[in-house]
Amino acid sequence: MAKFQISRRKFLTASSLGLSGIALSGCDAFDSGLGIGGGLRSFLENANGLTYRAQRLLAGREALAPEFTEADIRQPQRPNGVTAPDDDTYKGLLANNFADWRLEVTGLVEKPLSLTREQLQNMPSRTQITRHDCVEGWSCIAKWTGTPLSLVLDQAVVKPQARYVMFHCLDTIEQSLSGNIKYYGTIDLIDARHPQTILAYGLNGKPLPVENGAPLRVRVERQLGYKMPKYVYKIELVDSFANVGGGRGGYWEDNGYDWYGGI
Amino acid sequence: MDTGANNQSAAKVDGKDTTLIYRQSRWTRLTHWLWAFSLFFMLLSGLQIFNARPQLYIGKQSGFEFNNTILEIGAENTANGPRGFTAIFGHRFDTTGVLGWSGPPGQETQRAFPSWLTIPSYYDLGTARVVHFFFAWVLSATLLIWLIAGLINGHIRRDLAPRLDDLKRLPQDIVDHAKLKFHHTREYNTLQKMAYGGVLFVLLPLMIVTGLAMSPSMNSVLPWLNEILGGRQTARTIHFTVMLLLVGFFVIHILMIVAAGPINELRSIITGWYRTDPPAKHDQPTERSV
Repeated sequence: MAKFQISRRKFLTASSLGLSGIALSGCDAFDSGLGIGGGLRSFLENANGLTYRAQRLLAGREALAPEFTEADIRQPQRPNGVTAPDDDTYKGLLANNFADWRLEVTGLVEKPLSLTREQLQNMPSRTQITRHDCVEGWSCIAKWTGTPLSLVLDQAVVKPQARYVMFHCLDTIEQSLSGNIKYYGTIDLIDARHPQTILAYGLNGKPLPVENGAPLRVRVERQLGYKMPKYVYKIELVDSFANVGGGRGGYWEDNGYDWYGGI
Repeated sequence: MDTGANNQSAAKVDGKDTTLIYRQSRWTRLTHWLWAFSLFFMLLSGLQIFNARPQLYIGKQSGFEFNNTILEIGAENTANGPRGFTAIFGHRFDTTGVLGWSGPPGQETQRAFPSWLTIPSYYDLGTARVVHFFFAWVLSATLLIWLIAGLINGHIRRDLAPRLDDLKRLPQDIVDHAKLKFHHTREYNTLQKMAYGGVLFVLLPLMIVTGLAMSPSMNSVLPWLNEILGGRQTARTIHFTVMLLLVGFFVIHILMIVAAGPINELRSIITGWYRTDPPAKHDQPTERSV
């Protein structure tokens, strides 16, 4: 009995030391195993699905992100990503103060829409002072005014098979050999219909400035900044990510970021 | 010390080797290594996440037009070329080569924590978040399993719960540790109880809580959390500070293991079996303070 215990002990000690050796020499291998589409990475990415389900379970459809007071607005909203689109289409629209800009609502809807700025601003609006959390780690509090996305979706009548809202943007985020990539992203219908999810055209009591996404940007207050596209011109209802960029649900998602940005 | 005496006699009955006792249950050993493994990956991916915004603030938001920055790691151009700096509460230190500006000679780049301290080694915030949140689940689940197992098998009550005796023993315990004089007994000494209890009941829970406080979705579930903590950016600062405390614990933990006898300590956390001091030394509780 004692003999068996010693050999078992030796075995465990040796195997543990062996495992830690593999772990150390695996550091370099770890880097390469983390590429998008890699087996290790895909396994680790399951945690995002778990986080998504857990947070949806806890927060439900209605729980509101904290709202702040005027006294908390201590600085202009910090712009991030593209802050001055260089696209001819955008510059043409801007030169005309977005008079020719339209918000298209297409895809899996009964009644496709084409809304002018005025039409959108004549709909009931919501104003909220919220904290913008960037994936990088910083936060900034500002007052946003816009049309609840749910009102626009109701007007277009979403088909039952629709699962995600895709935002098409006017700004080129990346220039590649195969052409310019304009920003795009998706959210689920729970966040799309959340009371604080608005198509914002006003910031801190003024029209939305160019650097913050004029003429229209999305606010999805229970997620991080990269889930709130700027310079939006088209909303498309889709049933999967198959035709969304690289198939992971958004520009940053195709570059390795998790689709669910609630954490 | 009834329990001490019982353990000694039990060890005598158990086998020929009178001083080898079964000290760590399989739950303690399993959770210990799961924590070690996940904390390693959480630390290195966490430092990569920090690199995306190498500043810490106090309050609800980050000050861009006002100053609430308490820590900044960055790089700047000087007459002697680019230098890395670390600024804490306004005090600046040149940390070129490690913090702010680092890399192989001739290929230095601006990055807060150096390549060898981050996962991935190159700049990749998205991947670091994937790694960080995977191990966040592993760490939290392990803590929960440990808590349940520890309550059921009596580990927490028997080995970690502080007793009046621990307080009396504290001064002597500090002196013993300072002299690197260790008593190898079944029970943890007072400083061990404080260190392990502090990590498991204070630091790790605080890490999870401040992590959740940074989640915009969790803020809608627990809006009061950030109010207690002093705002999301303060929560982030606490998260970072607790990381430093955990690293400090790790360093001392390793030093103590080396000083107390690494083979014996490692054997007990791998197999559970621990070699205690000769019985005579610990038969009477009064001898502890001699």
